[in-house]
Amino acid sequence: MLERTQVPPFEGTKEQEKQLLAMIAAHKDERGALMPILQKAQDIYGYLPIEVQTMISDETGISLEKVYGIVTFYSQFSLTPKGKYHISVCLGTACYVIGAGDIFEVIEKKLGIKGGECTPDGKFSLDGCRCIGACGLAPVLTINSDVHGRLTLDDIDPMLAQYE
Amino acid sequence: MENIKLKINGIEVSAPKGSTILDAAHLAGVKIPTLCYFKEINEIGACRVCVVEVKGARNLVAACVHPATDGMEVLTATPQLIKSRKKTLELMLSAHDRRCLECVRSGNCEFQSMCQELGVEDSGFYDGDRPIHEIDTTAPHLIRDNNKCILCRRCTSICEQRQHVAVIGPNNRGFDTVIGSPFEMGLGDTSCIHCGQCVSVCPTAALQEKPYIDEVLAAIADPTKYVVVQPAPSVRTALGEEFGYPIGTDVEGKMAAALRRIGFDGVYDTCFGADLTIMEESEEFRKRLIDGVGKMPMFTSCSPGWVSFCEHYYPELIENLSSCKSPQQMFGAVAKTYYATEKKIDPKDIVSVSIMPCTAKKYEAGRDDQSAAGPGIPDVDYSITTRELARMIRKVGLDFRNLPDEKFDDIMGDSTGAGVIFGASGGVAEAALRTLVARLENKELKDVDFHAVRGMDGIKEATIHVAGKDVKIAVTSGMTNAKKILDQVRAGTSDYDFIEVMGCWGGCVAGGGQPHCDAETWNHTDVRGLRAKVLYDIDVKREYRKSHKNPSIIKLYDDYLVGGPGADKAHHILHTSYKKRKVNEFLD
Repeated sequence: MLERTQVPPFEGTKEQEKQLLAMIAAHKDERGALMPILQKAQDIYGYLPIEVQTMISDETGISLEKVYGIVTFYSQFSLTPKGKYHISVCLGTACYVIGAGDIFEVIEKKLGIKGGECTPDGKFSLDGCRCIGACGLAPVLTINSDVHGRLTLDDIDPMLAQYE
Repeated sequence: MENIKLKINGIEVSAPKGSTILDAAHLAGVKIPTLCYFKEINEIGACRVCVVEVKGARNLVAACVHPATDGMEVLTATPQLIKSRKKTLELMLSAHDRRCLECVRSGNCEFQSMCQELGVEDSGFYDGDRPIHEIDTTAPHLIRDNNKCILCRRCTSICEQRQHVAVIGPNNRGFDTVIGSPFEMGLGDTSCIHCGQCVSVCPTAALQEKPYIDEVLAAIADPTKYVVVQPAPSVRTALGEEFGYPIGTDVEGKMAAALRRIGFDGVYDTCFGADLTIMEESEEFRKRLIDGVGKMPMFTSCSPGWVSFCEHYYPELIENLSSCKSPQQMFGAVAKTYYATEKKIDPKDIVSVSIMPCTAKKYEAGRDDQSAAGPGIPDVDYSITTRELARMIRKVGLDFRNLPDEKFDDIMGDSTGAGVIFGASGGVAEAALRTLVARLENKELKDVDFHAVRGMDGIKEATIHVAGKDVKIAVTSGMTNAKKILDQVRAGTSDYDFIEVMGCWGGCVAGGGQPHCDAETWNHTDVRGLRAKVLYDIDVKREYRKSHKNPSIIKLYDDYLVGGPGADKAHHILHTSYKKRKVNEFLD
């Protein structure tokens, strides 16, 4: 069959589901409700797996394909869970020419995952992103809300160690 | 309505206010090429093939969506425009599977013919990364090959807007954009209703029906098999289009001759099955209306696209569906029981083939509870589309236009005008009324024409006074139209008694298995109406116009289906059952 993104088993709680259904009920009659619903659903679950998108489709009457089409269009939405520490490497022009691509690859190797994925222990997830507006610090990445700038390949091990 | 005046290629044109440049150009007889544009369904200005120059505008504009304004000056065919269109096509071609020679749409591909018209060279000048897509064969009725897709979105628009199904859509973004189903599941895993409207609007071979031509020809060549064939009413109205006849040409006689020459052992007619459906359906309706047995209102069940829609989207209404099998299935069921007995053939040796204007019939043939002769002996073995029949005729080398006009074979080839009009929206209701009135009032109608239920409107209504009751009838086609009535029925606010529903807008004449018309033709021609007119013309010419007058049907009930319509034997052979499903059921 067609290739699907690999995701860990869904572990949503009853509490999260209750929150989701209440949130959808509050929004669903608004015009253009799908975007805010998806944003808040991602806040609740951290990502938008098939189980969550199906609940949104069933509750709003918007077809699952329409929901999925929008989720895959916007890079802000994620189909896979984020790790406890989410690493986002800037691959904008300034960072890229000064070596962010190498940094991205080294992190992939060290963590044993590809961009868009999460380590099996749920600790780290990795993504590339476009310019974050900190070109003066190039090459730059963020781990959750921490900013790490002017990185060299040697900085990577000690940086990750801070989050062990 | 207020008119505006503008100049197109220097010629003054008057057009109603609110027209697009494309509309205005059409009024002036100027053709602007279009590719993604499909009137009222896909007006998104995406492909940029219809670009024109507007005096004073900074950029080229898309004629299909750009409003025409008073005093506007438009040029439609300057060298700059031709160059721009050509480049657009070359860029599309750079990501396209260009093996046209082996392509099923070669010769009637809108993309191919536009490339030819604009002199596109297959130089590979823009070749670069080309995504390779896996072909989706999971659905029972169609194949999606995204290597042929040009992302025009006609399929997704018709699926969502006209059918209210929306199981396909654009996924991902930019270069990764692909038309598909949620979570990359195959179409066969979704709540697709198999109507095939996506196939009929696809400009290329990204979508085609799942073909069974080779299987059918192999069965014909097998001396141990007895192959019977039944073409649906709407096939005779459209098959001619594949051989150069104008839209709305009746080719019933040549079609029968072609089927005989292809080598089918018995050449029969689905219209016989349709007459049989009327016998059963009108009796079932009488029971619901007069005896109070079963839910009201009653929905027709001839259209498998509609039946799937009801099961998935309105599961609470499946008891309102008539339990009658469709004409295709009734014909197949009778072929493998009564006919097998009459001809002294083991039903296992009969291969039952149907020619349908429909892709959902392929799915219907494989449904549960559609094997009257016993488990493992399906009523219908292969269902092929009108398009596949045309391909088969060409493949075996028949000169269709010079075939004689022939008749169908006896036993299951007789049909009345009532059976023929099944192919047009409103036809089933009209045919049922002709028999119902006779049955309830014990007298024959003189005027059998019910004009109120004819025509191509999405919803039609009529009230017939019969047996002291006002029977309220609704006729609808296309699922978005039907939804309006279904919501009323579900809410309990509908006062209809009998509701004819067809999956495709206009009925089977515009089914997903009919010959391709390009968007230009659909946009400016009443394709549905022209095809439907053929059926009403045949109806007037038939010897009998009421199903219960069909001599072969009378004989069938006398000799085999003892007890008459709705009795145990008929019920066992000619009726089926339905299942409650969900919209999103793949997680179960």
